[in-house]
Amino acid sequence: MERLPILKIGSMLLVSIQVDLRDDMVIALQEDLADRIVETGARGVVIDITALDIVDSFTGRMLATVAALSRILDAETVVVGMRPAVAITLVELGLSLDGIKTALNVERGMRLLSLGGAAT
Amino acid sequence: MSAQELAIAGDADVVRVRQAVRAAAVSAKLSLVDQTKLVTAASELARNTLTYGGGGGAVVEEVFNGLRKGVKAIFHDKGPGIADLQLALTDGYTSGSGMGLGLGGARRLVDEFTIDTAPGDGTTVTVVKWAR
Ligand SMILES: Nc1ncnc2c1ncn2[C@@H]1O[C@H](COP(=O)(O)OP(=O)(O)OP(=O)(O)O)[C@@H](O)[C@H]1O
Ligand SMILES: [Mg+2]
Repeated sequence: MERLPILKIGSMLLVSIQVDLRDDMVIALQEDLADRIVETGARGVVIDITALDIVDSFTGRMLATVAALSRILDAETVVVGMRPAVAITLVELGLSLDGIKTALNVERGMRLLSLGGAAT
Repeated sequence: MSAQELAIAGDADVVRVRQAVRAAAVSAKLSLVDQTKLVTAASELARNTLTYGGGGGAVVEEVFNGLRKGVKAIFHDKGPGIADLQLALTDGYTSGSGMGLGLGGARRLVDEFTIDTAPGDGTTVTVVKWAR
């Protein structure tokens, strides 16, 4: 199965989702991220969804799970690049991404984490 | 565009259904937000067909109402059916490990939503989204 690449940048992990997500890839990503956080001692995770044209309940649940599990593993997750149409749709779908930090783009997401977002 | 019939038998098929619905929505000139809403609803319904219906199919077609264009998507399976539809449509109810948002959410995201289901007799969900 195709797995999404996870890049390590300083003390952060970056995943940039560039393909149409299948559910099995979503589950694999969740597991791979947990492993990599422990393995690298990363303090932050940036998930770039700029290229995603939809986020449904399955992907939304993965984002929430990654945010929760990274917190347990002493790291913080930021989701960046959500398209406006995706955000509007998520609200109507009924998915509140409460507890998930978001930023406009990767650069801002990284800055948010290095500004102590990872410590709070 | 003529009606397109797609099988739903695995995760890759859910992706293909989303792509077919997106193409039809673009062709019917739905706005970007409406395209996104319809494709998201289709993703939820295709996944339900796979997860709970044990697989099935989708029919995607362009529809017309006078000069107005829209997209109709039908999701059908021969699975166990839904015994308590009211409950299944309730936000937060899941018989599996989901969030229970798919059905109720899909209904909110489209203009027309009908379910035809009976215990032991499979499930067919039909949705339509019209261009504004
Ligand atoms: N095609 C189907 N056949 C049989 N039962 C279904 C079908 N679609 C939905 N259901 C039932 O309706 C319930 C609610 O569906 P819904 O999509 O709202 O939530 P979910 O799939 O459990 O979770 P989520 O979609 O949020 O991941 C399901 O748990 C299942 O019991
Ligand atoms: Mg569902």
